[in-house]
Amino acid sequence: MSSETGKILTTDGIPLEESLKQSEKKNKIKAFLLVAPLLLFLIITYMIPIGDMFSRSIDDKMVTNMLPKTYKAMENWDGKELPPEEVFEAFYLDYKILVKNKTAGKLQTQLNYEKNGFKSVLKKLARKQKKFEEGNYKEQIMKVHKRWRNVEYWRAIKRRAPSYTYSKYLKGIDMYSNEDGKIVQVSEDRRIHRILWIRTVEVAFFVTLFCFLMAYPIAHLLATLPMKYSNLLMICVLLPFWTSLLVRTASWMILLQQQGIVNDFFVWIGLVADDNRPEMMYNKTGTYVAMTQILLPFMVLPLYSVMKTISPSLMRAGKSLGATPATAFFKVYFPLTIPGIGAGCLLVFILAIGYYITPALVGGASGTLISNQIAYHMKSTLDWSFASAMGLMLLTGVLVIYWIYNKLVGVDNIKLG
Amino acid sequence: MPKKADFVKFDKVDKSYDGKVLVVKDLNLDIEEGEFVTMLGPSGSGKTTCLMMLAGFETPTNGEIFLDNNPISNIPPHKRGIGMVFQNYALFPHMTVFENLAFPLKVRKMSQEDIEKKVDKALAMVSLGGFANRMPGQLSGGQQQRVAVARALVFDPSVVLMDEPLGALDKNLRESMQYEIKHIHESIGVTVVYVTHDQGEALTMSNRIAVFNDGKVQQLSSPDKLYEEPVNSFVAEFIGENNTFGGEVSEISNGICKVKLEKGEIIANPISVKSVGEKTTVSIRPERALINPKDKMDNNQKGKIEEVIYHGDHTRVRLNLLGNSEFILKVPNSSQNLDIKLGNEINIGWNSHDARALDPK
Repeated sequence: MSSETGKILTTDGIPLEESLKQSEKKNKIKAFLLVAPLLLFLIITYMIPIGDMFSRSIDDKMVTNMLPKTYKAMENWDGKELPPEEVFEAFYLDYKILVKNKTAGKLQTQLNYEKNGFKSVLKKLARKQKKFEEGNYKEQIMKVHKRWRNVEYWRAIKRRAPSYTYSKYLKGIDMYSNEDGKIVQVSEDRRIHRILWIRTVEVAFFVTLFCFLMAYPIAHLLATLPMKYSNLLMICVLLPFWTSLLVRTASWMILLQQQGIVNDFFVWIGLVADDNRPEMMYNKTGTYVAMTQILLPFMVLPLYSVMKTISPSLMRAGKSLGATPATAFFKVYFPLTIPGIGAGCLLVFILAIGYYITPALVGGASGTLISNQIAYHMKSTLDWSFASAMGLMLLTGVLVIYWIYNKLVGVDNIKLG
Repeated sequence: MPKKADFVKFDKVDKSYDGKVLVVKDLNLDIEEGEFVTMLGPSGSGKTTCLMMLAGFETPTNGEIFLDNNPISNIPPHKRGIGMVFQNYALFPHMTVFENLAFPLKVRKMSQEDIEKKVDKALAMVSLGGFANRMPGQLSGGQQQRVAVARALVFDPSVVLMDEPLGALDKNLRESMQYEIKHIHESIGVTVVYVTHDQGEALTMSNRIAVFNDGKVQQLSSPDKLYEEPVNSFVAEFIGENNTFGGEVSEISNGICKVKLEKGEIIANPISVKSVGEKTTVSIRPERALINPKDKMDNNQKGKIEEVIYHGDHTRVRLNLLGNSEFILKVPNSSQNLDIKLGNEINIGWNSHDARALDPK
């Protein structure tokens, strides 16, 4: 086919393809210039930060830079027995500089992560190394503390040799690589992240489900009501959307607290006893309620825009052909709204999985999500590399969901309007 | 088996949407079994409302509709067993043609074998044999239309309703579909109630036509009677072309009356006038007035040609006749050499029988 089209010439004798390219060139440049600001914006605000996050999350150069001679000397050490004299020498020289520059503390902390009890050994060495004599450092170092005779400690140093590490990612799923380099789970009482991941997915799933169940009738009503009523309803749906997120979350706090309006109402209608008011906030219930309300418009709008395009005569046709209203709904109407359901669910789920403010304010201890943990590491522990690793894991999770959705439903089936 | 004359019966049906205006007023209509009845009228005349009441999507405000002598007002649409073809086809876009046609059979819990047989038959009927696995979106407008017709017929309904089904098609396709639907109706003998605002469509297809205006049936009769013998000036105006003269009856006797115009007088056939002095509108079909008539006609007038428009098979001539400058003549383009030129004065003649004195406008 292409060889045939290649032969077609314009009236002036120029090959048609070339002529077309020539005439389209200007338009293409124009189109590119129009999207260029957006492209630039995306690169600066999206690609670069993600790249930075990634490099931060796997960065482990600190120890490598502090012990350059040691690692060079360790290259030929197999790690089975105690390292040879030159390793000891190199380590002594590296450590001497660190002590002199007063940066030995960082190394102590870092190596203590790797092997418990390393800190005290190193501190002792810092004190004693001043009196070291030249030559035979192996003997001298081993004399400082008996742990230096233990090969485990040397292996711990060697493990930190690569300047990149995936240990932060392992930590994110409550795992670590132990002394033998095997990946194992942390002890049971310290497995907090996995609970958070599961809770995040669970909350996102149920919020999506609640949003769907509530938004479907609303969207249907919006799409079928006469214009003057549907406009009013649309404003009702959008009004919360125009209100600040903080205000909305705060108003949920007022409504849901133990002495709040909802509880007062329950007591008033006699549903609960006054002295036994249920806790609806600072737990998962509060997170569910507030997030469902806040994310509802994201479900209503795609559903509405899809339902708007479904001709009412389709349902009539279904009924006239003998289907009961329920059958007509499930066989005709519902399948046609699937693109909207897909778009709405994907949107709400992805937003919910990374939600931060609302769970932080109304979630309490049992209602916080992974994003709150990320924020905690950003602000409190200052372990940015761990925060970055978890952020990227979240992003990967979202991409996986998107991929699965694409496989199941097909992204081209999404309709947002 | 004799055909029931009132297979579908509208009995004193009123319909109002807002409690203020009657969209349908006192509708009485009997439709015979196997008949093709068209509801014809301008938009807003209540014809589609009538169809929707029959299908069950609207309820009559007053009165009752009977299907085979059973009142159906309280039967929901899906239990009426009435097939319907919608204006925009209303094919289910997520189902193949086969699934669309199988839908009414599946909800009736037919066996897969019967379904396949019936669907094949229905598709063959609309000559779409090889299209079973296409999606509606892959079909042209005409093909979609045929699928819609096949779907409305596949479950053997006793009545099929069609709501301006050809409205979205282009002119040529519309005409060929008219014949196709007519032939399908003739071959399977189903009762069809058809709604359109296109008089050509109505005249081509129907056994009888109900002309709607203002929520009322103005005339219910066969196409030829409707055209030749309109009972009031609305029908005369709405169906086909029409030359009218407004005047007053000056003499009436023996089925002939004289109508006095502002300028001159014509002899006419009194349809809805009874006494001298009544106001009337006289209606004459353009093809009933002849130029230089050879036979003796009881109306003979002189008119001045004001416009000549060539139409291929005929020429339209606009005359100024008896003070009416909109008098139209249709002259067939035969070899007959008539002196039709702008500004010429010609003799026009017509029979008093064809000049119908109807109600005044």
